[in-house]
Amino acid sequence: MTDKKCLARRDVLRGLLAAGVLASTNTVGRAQPNSPGNASESNPNSQGNPNSPGHPNSGTPKRGGRIRVASVSSSTADTLDPAKGALSTDYARLYMVYSGLTQFDSTLTAQPALAEEIHDSGRILWTFKLRNGVQFHDGKPLTPADVVYSLLRHKNPATASKVKTIAEQFQEVRASGPNEVQIRLTGANADLPAILATSHFLIVQDGTTEFRTAIGTGPYRCKEFNPGVRTVAVRNPNYWKPGKPYLDEIELVGIADESSRVNALLSGDVQLVNAVDPRSIRRVAASPDHAVQETKSGLYTDLIMRQNMSPTGHPDFVLAMKYLLDRELTRKALFRGYATLANDQPIHPGNRYYLAGLPQRPYDPERAKFLLKKAGLINTRLVVYASPAAEGSVDMASLLQESAAGIGLNLAVNRVPSDGYWSNHWMKHPLGFGNTNPRPTADLLFSTYFKSDAPWNEAAWKSEQFDQLLLAARGEGDEVKRKQIYGDMQVLVHETGGIGIPVFISLIDGYDKRLRGYGSIPIGGLMGYQFADNVWLDGPTTHASRLHALRSLPA
Amino acid sequence: MTAMTLIAKRIGIAMLTLLLVSIVVFSITALLPGDAAQAALGQSATPETIAALRAQLGLDQPAHLRYLHWLMGLLSGNPGQSLANNVPVRELIALRLPKSLLLAGVAAAVSVPIALTIGILSAMYRNSRLDRALNLVTLSMVAVPEFLVATVAVLIFAVRLHWLSALSYAPDNPGIGQFLRAYALPVMTLCFVIVAQMARMTRAAVIDQVSRSYVEMAILKGASPARVVLAHALPNAVGPIANAIALSLSYLLGGAIIVETIFNYPGIASLMVDAVTNRDMPLLQACAMIFCCAYLALVLLADVVAIASNPRLRNQ
Repeated sequence: MTDKKCLARRDVLRGLLAAGVLASTNTVGRAQPNSPGNASESNPNSQGNPNSPGHPNSGTPKRGGRIRVASVSSSTADTLDPAKGALSTDYARLYMVYSGLTQFDSTLTAQPALAEEIHDSGRILWTFKLRNGVQFHDGKPLTPADVVYSLLRHKNPATASKVKTIAEQFQEVRASGPNEVQIRLTGANADLPAILATSHFLIVQDGTTEFRTAIGTGPYRCKEFNPGVRTVAVRNPNYWKPGKPYLDEIELVGIADESSRVNALLSGDVQLVNAVDPRSIRRVAASPDHAVQETKSGLYTDLIMRQNMSPTGHPDFVLAMKYLLDRELTRKALFRGYATLANDQPIHPGNRYYLAGLPQRPYDPERAKFLLKKAGLINTRLVVYASPAAEGSVDMASLLQESAAGIGLNLAVNRVPSDGYWSNHWMKHPLGFGNTNPRPTADLLFSTYFKSDAPWNEAAWKSEQFDQLLLAARGEGDEVKRKQIYGDMQVLVHETGGIGIPVFISLIDGYDKRLRGYGSIPIGGLMGYQFADNVWLDGPTTHASRLHALRSLPA
Repeated sequence: MTAMTLIAKRIGIAMLTLLLVSIVVFSITALLPGDAAQAALGQSATPETIAALRAQLGLDQPAHLRYLHWLMGLLSGNPGQSLANNVPVRELIALRLPKSLLLAGVAAAVSVPIALTIGILSAMYRNSRLDRALNLVTLSMVAVPEFLVATVAVLIFAVRLHWLSALSYAPDNPGIGQFLRAYALPVMTLCFVIVAQMARMTRAAVIDQVSRSYVEMAILKGASPARVVLAHALPNAVGPIANAIALSLSYLLGGAIIVETIFNYPGIASLMVDAVTNRDMPLLQACAMIFCCAYLALVLLADVVAIASNPRLRNQ
């Protein structure tokens, strides 16, 4: 396999957005878009906005102003094609110019967007009634044909879509009325609205094959798209959410180097950045003009114990290693507190399906020692593979090594480079680390990493019971029952799964305090990549004011 | 052999070098694991989508055909389409190359006079306190890695003092103030790297001449130290100095990658790094050829200067 594969995996991981799930009520009700009137009365963004009243960011939205936003990366592979979006910068760009049938709110529930009503029959046949009067940036109205085209193009190999495998479940997508689209799935899936809220399924115009510029229905129009340099988007006055968006212009750039990104924020060159390292937080917090936004997400780095190899396949060994993970220290020392304790199962506490009653597994070296002795593995020498490619894994491996040495287990840490880690090392050794980005639904997370026959079943963990529960939950329409099934699955993974998850890692953004309306949508940084729809400026940006100051100087 | 034929010969060799480089670049890039189709599709790739995309990108043709096709295109001024986003390579380069040339030009305009002054001064007063102080400064500049210089400078001038920009964005038609704000830090960083090299080489070249007997003659004749160095030694040192400058300046295009990264400057070096990551071969090859051309042009220029400054060659 090649390095390609490695890039690829990361891309897709990032691509599949977030943890969390969707409202699986059979009918997601008619949403009332904010009118400017009620926006000024109460919480400005009652729809899908994470700000609670009293949040320092709430207040009356203002029109106008321009900001510059820096995301982690930008290259000539930057794209305006939703199907090809691969990185956070792409997602943020796509959400600026396009809208989807649904959109995530701050609890990752899919809310109606371009579709104003969603009905389903048996979670197999879904009907989306489109919002009236929505216009593309070129003035053409949104029609069912645009939606059908946007969804079906993922199945065409020539599109080279990142989500082709997900789109394979669309058995049929057709216009079922003048303002209505029907999707028939190959199998029941209650998560369809959440899947359609991800950036890959944003709606483009019927027949679009060229993506040099973007004609969408989103809050901003694409004014300039220069791959690897910048994207400039200007306010769409005909946006379907009345009164929105607030800013006149957004410039989106990529700055790969973390310290450069933070410096650019602190110097006032940009007003919003994502992926701030916990080590830089003190610098941002020390600035009177800036703040950090922590998004508790489902991102995790896990210890993988391959079940089909020796000695990591021994149940006592697996349990011993889980007891050897010093979660509290990992949270405090490695992530400076910007992480949430995890419990060896992948559903994070912010998720609606999180099983709260599951007792937290403690750090217990004595217990681990007992288990290893029982299994006769106490004096084993083992290599654990770690890499910067899996965030924090090198430090986690060192902590584990210390803990193991304390009870007589000899672990050697093999630190390997990022390049090629996913293709050459991940899932190839008895003991190693993996890294999983937030997913939009519990189903996607479980199907991708834990289903017995999943290609990315990291620990080669096989459980027939788990697989049956997975299928049952996918088609289950009753929310209570569904939660129960997902709870049982968490217990299974927690007790017998081949992975140890010490913490869920928080996503950290830094922003200029004049930027208001900013919050968290836990599918990713930059407010779940959807900041453009929500933020406004209170006062001129440093950049703008400084430009003004410069202009007034005799040149 | 006259100076003209000498120069013509150099140009001929440069052309041959370019051709050889094009072969090497083409075959080495072919050795990179994976191709653009895999890079674009990533993990979601299936054999079906890979094959479709390869055919779409023309990657299914044999290598020698692709090489010939590419070479013909290159000669006719069309290096092909970028595989990553289907934009003509020419367009991408047209956006980035002027920016790189601008940065390199400004850096050269600032660094060459400084380096020459430092080098000549320390040669004139060699082993004096001034010489030792300049030595210390230039050696420290060589020793400090540029990312450190850049980062510290950003922390001081952009983050702390808010005088300059942490990113080198200048609008398309910047005023003088905007231009200085955007370019001061990257240019300073680049100068840190190349000034020291050029100054050291200049000093060495001049001192080499100063130890010759004709200079001893000039000193005995009673010429002042300044006259000895400037009028007698320096003209003979122009050849080696021109070469040192050419080598240093050739660094400004491709070697500016660290500066481009830290200041997020949209230059051609980061374009090439993107091309490698995306396995965008036409773009990568075009960038490599540009770097090679620039290098050869600079060396050729240095040769011409050396020849022109050498009376034995000039007057034949």
